[in-house]
Amino acid sequence: MSTAAGSNGNSSYRKHTISLMVNNKPGVLIRIALVFARRGYNIDSLVVSPSKDPNFSVMNIVASGDEKTLDQILKQLNKLVDVIHASDRTGEDIIQRELALFKLHSEADRRSDVLQLAHAMDCDIVEVSEHATILQMTGDSERLDSAHKVFEQYGIEEMIRTGKVLMARGQEITT
Amino acid sequence: MTKKFAAEVIVDIIQQQGVEYIFGYPGGAAIPIFDALVDSPVKLILTRHEQGAVHMADGFARATGKPGVVLVTSGPGATNTITGILTAQMDSVPMVVICGQQTTWNLGLDAFQEADVSGISFPVVKHSYLIKNAQDVPRIMREAFHLSQTGRPGPVLIDVPKDVASAMIEPDYDGELHLPGYKVPTDGDPSDIEQAAQMLNAARRPLLLVGHGAVISGAEKAVTILAEKMQIPVVNTLLGKGCFPETHPLSLGMLGMHGTAYANMAVKDCDLIMSIGSRWDDRIVGKIDSFCPDAVKIHIDIDPAEFNKTVQMDCTILGDARRVVESLNAIVKRGDTKEWLKQAEKWRRQYPLKYKKGGKLKAEHVLEEIQNQTMGRAFVTTDVGQHQMWAAQYLLTDHRFHWITSGGAGTMGFGFPAAIGAQFAHPEATVIAIVGDGGFQMTQAELSTAVINRLPIKIVVINNKYLGMVRQWQALFYDNRLSGVDMEGNPNFVKLAEAYGIKGIRIKRSADVKRLIQAALEYNDGPCLIDVEVEKEDNVYPMIPSGASYEQMIIEAPKVKPGMTAPKLEKPVGST
Repeated sequence: MSTAAGSNGNSSYRKHTISLMVNNKPGVLIRIALVFARRGYNIDSLVVSPSKDPNFSVMNIVASGDEKTLDQILKQLNKLVDVIHASDRTGEDIIQRELALFKLHSEADRRSDVLQLAHAMDCDIVEVSEHATILQMTGDSERLDSAHKVFEQYGIEEMIRTGKVLMARGQEITT
Repeated sequence: MTKKFAAEVIVDIIQQQGVEYIFGYPGGAAIPIFDALVDSPVKLILTRHEQGAVHMADGFARATGKPGVVLVTSGPGATNTITGILTAQMDSVPMVVICGQQTTWNLGLDAFQEADVSGISFPVVKHSYLIKNAQDVPRIMREAFHLSQTGRPGPVLIDVPKDVASAMIEPDYDGELHLPGYKVPTDGDPSDIEQAAQMLNAARRPLLLVGHGAVISGAEKAVTILAEKMQIPVVNTLLGKGCFPETHPLSLGMLGMHGTAYANMAVKDCDLIMSIGSRWDDRIVGKIDSFCPDAVKIHIDIDPAEFNKTVQMDCTILGDARRVVESLNAIVKRGDTKEWLKQAEKWRRQYPLKYKKGGKLKAEHVLEEIQNQTMGRAFVTTDVGQHQMWAAQYLLTDHRFHWITSGGAGTMGFGFPAAIGAQFAHPEATVIAIVGDGGFQMTQAELSTAVINRLPIKIVVINNKYLGMVRQWQALFYDNRLSGVDMEGNPNFVKLAEAYGIKGIRIKRSADVKRLIQAALEYNDGPCLIDVEVEKEDNVYPMIPSGASYEQMIIEAPKVKPGMTAPKLEKPVGST
């Protein structure tokens, strides 16, 4: 998507979770991506989905960079005519979920280890085949990160994550 | 309801918006819209290049505050407008650019004269549309005009495929606009205004910084009341000229890179600076860390994205500049600034703008003479470079909309077509284009447009046969290693004018300046080009090198003893 911001020497450099409500129209995504790219922010994950109203889409973006640049990015996003609102939800008490698929190397001699591990880690087993086992996991990103670390010891052949989706707790509407 | 061609509906809405002129250039994909113009009272001004059309619309918009309208064809016709759209976007100029486009079924197939113009435009517009459904034409056209001129104005581009323009629709001219994400701030938050008033009341060395936002919102009266009531001196940005009268005793003129020394000294020493519609651009701020570190900083702006973008503020007020300043006027007290004003007057006397009289003809001399003869009543447009800075320094005006220049984008080739737009807007007024020999040649093809419409524009070519501002940098910071700045091969501009059937005048000697400027100003039978052969190696001062602090201002040319060379200066850290 965009080029990485590079220098991590800046202490305010961190991952941010941004939530947007946008018009459901062609071209909106590129306008948003341009705001990030021009300011050197790397987009780590991006989820676009329909909202309850077909006129609008919801976007959840995880991106890394410094605080001051993010402030400018949010202001520029809110300035776009097609953006209804954009806000940084990093560190808030909000429900966040992500789904990951892991393809683990599992020959016959190690299969039972892998299946046991899947059970212990509360993963769904999606497919078991001759040389590989595919596991599915949902949860917050931290849970997926730690599963990733554990599975690495077993040899991950392939991994994909959907990116984060957010929803405010209780009656509050996510903005 | 009777059906109409969508192209006719486009032209209907342009007319309903009160638009008098469309600046344009045709091509295959735009023929349906050009066809609809034949029966419309909206006048089409055919230009010689699409860039000329956009700058004309821009000049018209800046001279009136109303949106300028452009009509071009697809592909190269549309891409030729991009520089002009950037120019309008950077300076918040209301504009609607309508582009013909290939048919919808050919989009994305690299068909003839197809370009993804709305895509190309994204980074340089306020908003853009590609109309896929002809029924959306009336809503989108009205949204475009609304967006272009409300809030922070800017250019809106509409891409109209040929089959969409040719479709029959039942137009709804009063339907609802669909802009749920578009917010226009108006009045400032009363608590922010109260805070700013307290800060202003407490200041002893306050300064008002007036920018383009004040011009756009029509804040001239409110700003004058504020300055006079509180006895605060005023500096203005390049684009803020004319909002607060530049001949007012409280005006210190333009600040920043080539601002007056006394304006910049006031910036350096103030204890409070309040921006009214100026975005603390790098030409003004220089080195961010050392910009007024001890002064209280207040910012009034209609665009919240400008707050704390460069310099950190102590108080921000989101709203329309005129309304916010009016609210402030109701609660601020008369200030005690006598000592501060005395100091400012001292600087003004001690460090006036000056240039070397005698010797070869100086651009400053010619501009000073134009000022003496027009007294700020003419509409002045400029190009970009040395002549632009000298014009900003010497051509003072007390009226908004009378100073038209490409500030943010710094677009060469802007000045002359912008003057054409301004003259269409004000046919009876004196319109003067101050241009350099470099920039003028970028859009000089529009001499045809000026002559066929018999526009009595005065085109003053400040001709030093150099790209003077770049040469100045190379001389000051790059050991005078001149690279790519010699304009050898310039035409004889008087003969060029004559080839177009235009009156040409040449000024070479200081003694002729008064008489020939007068002759040019009195000539009203169409355009008049004045080729001013000036000193080749004159530099613009004062100068704060790019990215430097106000302490590093160079007030005048360093004096060099015969046989010695000028001391070499550090290369600036900032760009250009």
